[in-house]
Amino acid sequence: MNEQELRGLIEAVREGKVTRRDFIGTLLSFGVAAPIAGQLLLHAGIAQAQPTSGYKATKRGGGGALKVLWWQGATLLNPHFAVGTKDQDGSRIFYEPLAGWDNDGNLIPVLATEIPTPDNGGVSKDGKTIIWKLKKDVQWHDGKPFTSADVVFNWEYASDPATAAVTIGSYKDVKVQAVDAYTVRVEYAKASPFWADPFVGVRGMIIPKHLFDAYRGAKSREAPNNLKPVGTGPYKFVDFTPGDMVRGQINTNYHQPNRPFFDTIEMKGGGDAVSAARAVLQTGEFDYAWNLQVEDEILVRLETGGKGRVNIISGGDIEFIQFNFTDPWTEVDGERSSIKTKHPTLTDPVVREAMSLLVDRASIQQFIYGRTGIATANFINNPERYRSKNNKFEFNVDKAIQLLENAGWKQGADGVRTKDGKKLKFVYQTSVNQPRQKTQAIVKQAAQKAGIELELKAVTASVFFSSDVANPDTYTKLYCDMQMYTTTMTQPDPETFMNQYVSWEFATKANKWQGRNSTRWQNDEYDKAFRAAEVELDPVKRTALFIRMNDLVVQDRAIIAVVARPRPRASNLKLKFAESGWDSDFWALQDWYREA
Amino acid sequence: MSFPGTYVLRRLLIALPSLLGISVVLFTVLALAPGDPFGELVSNPNIPAEVAANLRLKFGMDDPVAVRYLRWLAAMLHGDWGFSFASRIDVSDLIMQRLPTTIQVIGSSQLLALLIALPVGIYAATRPYSLFDQVAGTLTFIGFSLPTFFTGLLLILVFSIELDWLPFVYRSDIAASGWRFYWEHVKQAIMPVAVLGLFQAASWTRYVRSAALDVIKLDYVTTARSKGLRERTVILKHVVRNALIPVVTLVALQLPSIFGGAIVTEQIFRVPGIGSLLISAILANDTPVIMAVTFVLSCLVIAFNLAADILYGWLDPRISLR
Repeated sequence: MNEQELRGLIEAVREGKVTRRDFIGTLLSFGVAAPIAGQLLLHAGIAQAQPTSGYKATKRGGGGALKVLWWQGATLLNPHFAVGTKDQDGSRIFYEPLAGWDNDGNLIPVLATEIPTPDNGGVSKDGKTIIWKLKKDVQWHDGKPFTSADVVFNWEYASDPATAAVTIGSYKDVKVQAVDAYTVRVEYAKASPFWADPFVGVRGMIIPKHLFDAYRGAKSREAPNNLKPVGTGPYKFVDFTPGDMVRGQINTNYHQPNRPFFDTIEMKGGGDAVSAARAVLQTGEFDYAWNLQVEDEILVRLETGGKGRVNIISGGDIEFIQFNFTDPWTEVDGERSSIKTKHPTLTDPVVREAMSLLVDRASIQQFIYGRTGIATANFINNPERYRSKNNKFEFNVDKAIQLLENAGWKQGADGVRTKDGKKLKFVYQTSVNQPRQKTQAIVKQAAQKAGIELELKAVTASVFFSSDVANPDTYTKLYCDMQMYTTTMTQPDPETFMNQYVSWEFATKANKWQGRNSTRWQNDEYDKAFRAAEVELDPVKRTALFIRMNDLVVQDRAIIAVVARPRPRASNLKLKFAESGWDSDFWALQDWYREA
Repeated sequence: MSFPGTYVLRRLLIALPSLLGISVVLFTVLALAPGDPFGELVSNPNIPAEVAANLRLKFGMDDPVAVRYLRWLAAMLHGDWGFSFASRIDVSDLIMQRLPTTIQVIGSSQLLALLIALPVGIYAATRPYSLFDQVAGTLTFIGFSLPTFFTGLLLILVFSIELDWLPFVYRSDIAASGWRFYWEHVKQAIMPVAVLGLFQAASWTRYVRSAALDVIKLDYVTTARSKGLRERTVILKHVVRNALIPVVTLVALQLPSIFGGAIVTEQIFRVPGIGSLLISAILANDTPVIMAVTFVLSCLVIAFNLAADILYGWLDPRISLR
């Protein structure tokens, strides 16, 4: 899809010939994440579909207790310190951002009255200034009014390095000013096509100035309210035991009418994923359970309990195989996989193409992941019905053999293919995790048939995903030929997701392997496209650039996408909630209710 | 028996270097173990590398192990147990939050174990190789052969899933008042207490039985019987008192676990005790919490060892403490 076609499509939406949903679906099939597609329309001045929350309760309260189960409990309740989703979700019960992301990638106002657009003057022409208008009737749980001073304070608080806030990345490069008590101006250093990051979603939750003002910078850890949140959300804080329980009760002054439905909320932590699923699906002790990393087979069996259902929430996470483009077996200047080397065999595109044909994604989905891992060819992924028709995946051992034969890789006496004395023998590493070891075995078996020998290696997750500079087995070092893991799309915008393949992000000894490009794949066109996308204000052109980047990395087989990993959640049959793969589970907690 | 003052003093002095040694070993092992409490920050592309570096600096994690150890030791001597990386609060607060639940659940399971082990063990010893003894012997054998994670799951399957009588998620905060509050607490504690208590009871029963059997054969028991004392008096006054000496030490040595919690059982039933705190701290690489819990536990083990020795001398004056 090129720029012209995109523009045509946007016009069709404007004229009502194409629905928003279809538009987003079409773009998704070209590898454009839903939020970007939504933003495209927004930028083109096409109003957001009025968000239908589906909330049917007619009065506030009276819903009894909402009991949710997170098998890893929240450990802290200050959103600026929230590292994992468990902490972000715990904080989100009490704190709210200016806007959140729904599952279709629409930006939905929460504490803002409307989403800034070029049409309503919220987005400046040069893309450097965003104006947020705040709701005027919002009160903190202690009765103090919520104003622009609070928003500005959050920027000051989070962008101060001494605070050591984990949200600093979203705030350090912007300037925030209060225009008046209910208007905030956010200025970006450079034109920012994706501006919806500070004050939006999980890193955008606002904490009250009047309670945290005295605890900026180095004193941040002393704030008593780190453990006793006072927010604007639908539930007020009751008590908190780190790692175990977060309790809240109804906020009768909540700024949206007739909400929330439940009188209390309990977020219990701890235990394991299987029994969490059991407590919702089989015994009904809890209404909702988070992140069920359980084999689908078990989920299906538990679902027959008849108390709940499994919701598969699509997001951007993907399980994929990376190739090493440098030589992991030669040390240069005290560094293996040095960018000064070239991989002896994997730099041959035929070999990578053959490997791609040898990964039986359909079987991996069918026998290992079930509904929780959808076979795919694309790096940017979304729900099954939106899967790209551009990049197809194929499992074909004969074709792989043919390719290798034609390219001169001849089978030796030991069954392993060789060319110019170089053998097709690879070390294939991943973390210790049952589905991954099963996947490794499936790939190894197929590769063997084609004359490629794979040595399987499994590294403990705490080592594999660590940043330990001294350990050779971390995934960023990639001291072997290929590896497999899930990369998460923590942000709905693909910019940070796609920087995994730019040449200035090489993971090297010099940057303590903190660079994100561990394949050390290099492509000038990709680099240029990325640089262009970073500053491209025209969302249509920018989208075309991301599409191109996705195709470049997929079609050059720098990686092999294996399965997209949607998020499985269990919920009571009667519980109604709005899910989103782009925001916290609680992004629309105010709309949760139970059917009679 | 006079109070063995010098003995206690000497034992305490011996305990000091062993505690120091334990702390050095624990600290070094934790420092050498792979994993980084801020690993999640480093691998998240939206968080600049400086944040993790800043935090490491703030918590002094880049200093050499020896320096960190001395700093930890100095703080511990002042009663400061450290500061949790994961929750960003004092470790002592975290532990205090968990302690009541641990004591309730583990304490009542130990009590349950005693209430079963004492009568069953003694009764079985008075009638060795009777039908009762055989049945009790078989059951205790099954009891301590089955690991708690198995019996825990079994109870959940039967009482929560099949019969739907008991909840299997333990909640320390129950939103109820009056008798319902207590009832809910009892209901949710039944399974974890039963799992732990029965397991402990099984092994204790065998100890009590064999200790009582040893004593029952002694001459003074025969003398007591030939004096014409009632069997009840013989058993309770003469046999049990002496038979309990080894059992008391055994129980005393078991007491530190009331602090340590039961990792597996707490995890299965989601009991928010010290054990589950320890396991989540290990998973999060939250070293100050791991260090505090394990170190306090080793202190208690040493202290109760000493207490058991002293108790031993008091129960059996023939044993002198020098």
